[in-house]
Amino acid sequence: MLVLCPEVPTPGFSFENCKRNALLENKGFTVPKATKTGTTIVGIIYKDGVILGADTRATEDTTVADKNCEKIHYLAPNICCGAGTAADTEMTTQMIASQLELHKLYTNRVCRVATANQLLKQYLFRYQGHIGAALILGGVDVDGPHLYQIYPHGSSDHLPFITMGSGSLAAMSVFESGWKPNLDEEAGVLLVRNAIAAGVFNDLGSGSNIDVCIIRKGSTDYRRTYDEANKKGIRQASYRYPRGTTRVLSTKIVDVEEVSVQRIEPERMDTA
Amino acid sequence: MSLLARPHYPDYSTAPVQHQFYPYADNGGSVVAIAGDDFVVIGADTRLSAGFSIYTRNQNKLFPLAKTTVLGCSGCWCDTLTLTRILKSRMQMYAQEHNKTMSTTACAQMLSTMLYYKRFFPYSISNVLVGLDNEATTLSGTAKRRFTKLGGSAGALLQPLLDNQIGQKNMEIVSKEPLSQEKALKILKDVFISAAERDIYTGDSVFINIITKDGIQEDKFELRKD
Repeated sequence: MLVLCPEVPTPGFSFENCKRNALLENKGFTVPKATKTGTTIVGIIYKDGVILGADTRATEDTTVADKNCEKIHYLAPNICCGAGTAADTEMTTQMIASQLELHKLYTNRVCRVATANQLLKQYLFRYQGHIGAALILGGVDVDGPHLYQIYPHGSSDHLPFITMGSGSLAAMSVFESGWKPNLDEEAGVLLVRNAIAAGVFNDLGSGSNIDVCIIRKGSTDYRRTYDEANKKGIRQASYRYPRGTTRVLSTKIVDVEEVSVQRIEPERMDTA
Repeated sequence: MSLLARPHYPDYSTAPVQHQFYPYADNGGSVVAIAGDDFVVIGADTRLSAGFSIYTRNQNKLFPLAKTTVLGCSGCWCDTLTLTRILKSRMQMYAQEHNKTMSTTACAQMLSTMLYYKRFFPYSISNVLVGLDNEATTLSGTAKRRFTKLGGSAGALLQPLLDNQIGQKNMEIVSKEPLSQEKALKILKDVFISAAERDIYTGDSVFINIITKDGIQEDKFELRKD
């Protein structure tokens, strides 16, 4: 490899193992299945903007992998995004966030939510649903508050209230009974909290705490752990071990004969 | 693949399709039992679930079979109902024939035979049978005497903790004093707190039976509900 002209890694996904994997599958190797992750994410439009909500449980089959993960991601100062499958949404939102920042610098305007929606759905459609990002996109721009629902295959809806994930039915029942146009902020946040709580308690794939993000015109308020819906049980007994409980397998003693300490005078920084 | 090869559309295929019926359901749940010298404690969580949904938050999974014998079941709930129904009738037949209730050891042996009878279409249940026998206490899983036993969805998660705390495994300093009923109860509750943290099928509350020579005492303990 030349020093002056280093090799530039190819951008995008690497598909170099696809052929090999197909061959292995043909020969009877059982391919590992993608893990199904449960979640509850919601969003509503209220009087002054949008409110997004999410639970914080990440599951791996029937065990809880992360008890307090973040599901609301940053896209732009005025736009946030709730999400589904962990790795795909994380990487997709990161990439779209950087594209939106460049777009903002290029146009010298605050990004529109419609722009973020278009970027996301075109990117997801290109990969034909293989990128499992299920998103609720919310934000406030010159046109006012907007809320979009985006599916992994690239279709999108523009709606006043949205729920997604395995807890979406439980959460939607709360919205269907409680949502009305022009809710004030307090009532809106409470409705979002109750919708997520419905998912947390009634869907086994969702759980732990409730995160809320409020986006108004000109300000964003991300309330991480807005509500700790479940308190952990209190330990009944003490589990401290007395000293010497662990077996020592081997001991080796090394004599240190001479230790020299060398002090280095700090150099003054060149400020010329 | 050549460009001329026809694409495969499963909906338009004329090949024979094999349909399947899967008779088992997994309704989750965990059962933990700890035996001391003159007592046994057994606990089962009260959540009954399937897939990602909860059927009920208050289902007792402990079945008292005799004055000092209790069976804890988790797994397929319809199998549990059937097995316990047959068990109870067999117990009654035994009592009427021999004029005495079955001992715990006899119960364990009968359960073992009843389960093996269905060797090639088994009941999909984790059974934990506990009780007192005429000398001391007995705990049987697959009709094998043990002092700690657990079954169900969080089984693999909790066995190492019980092995260490009750079985005193992997430790150099081992206390000689026998396990007290209070300590066993505390560990039982803590074990369920931990299981509810990481297993989605364990939660809501624990139903506990404390078995001594005086009979069965009941207790309940709340767990997280998510």
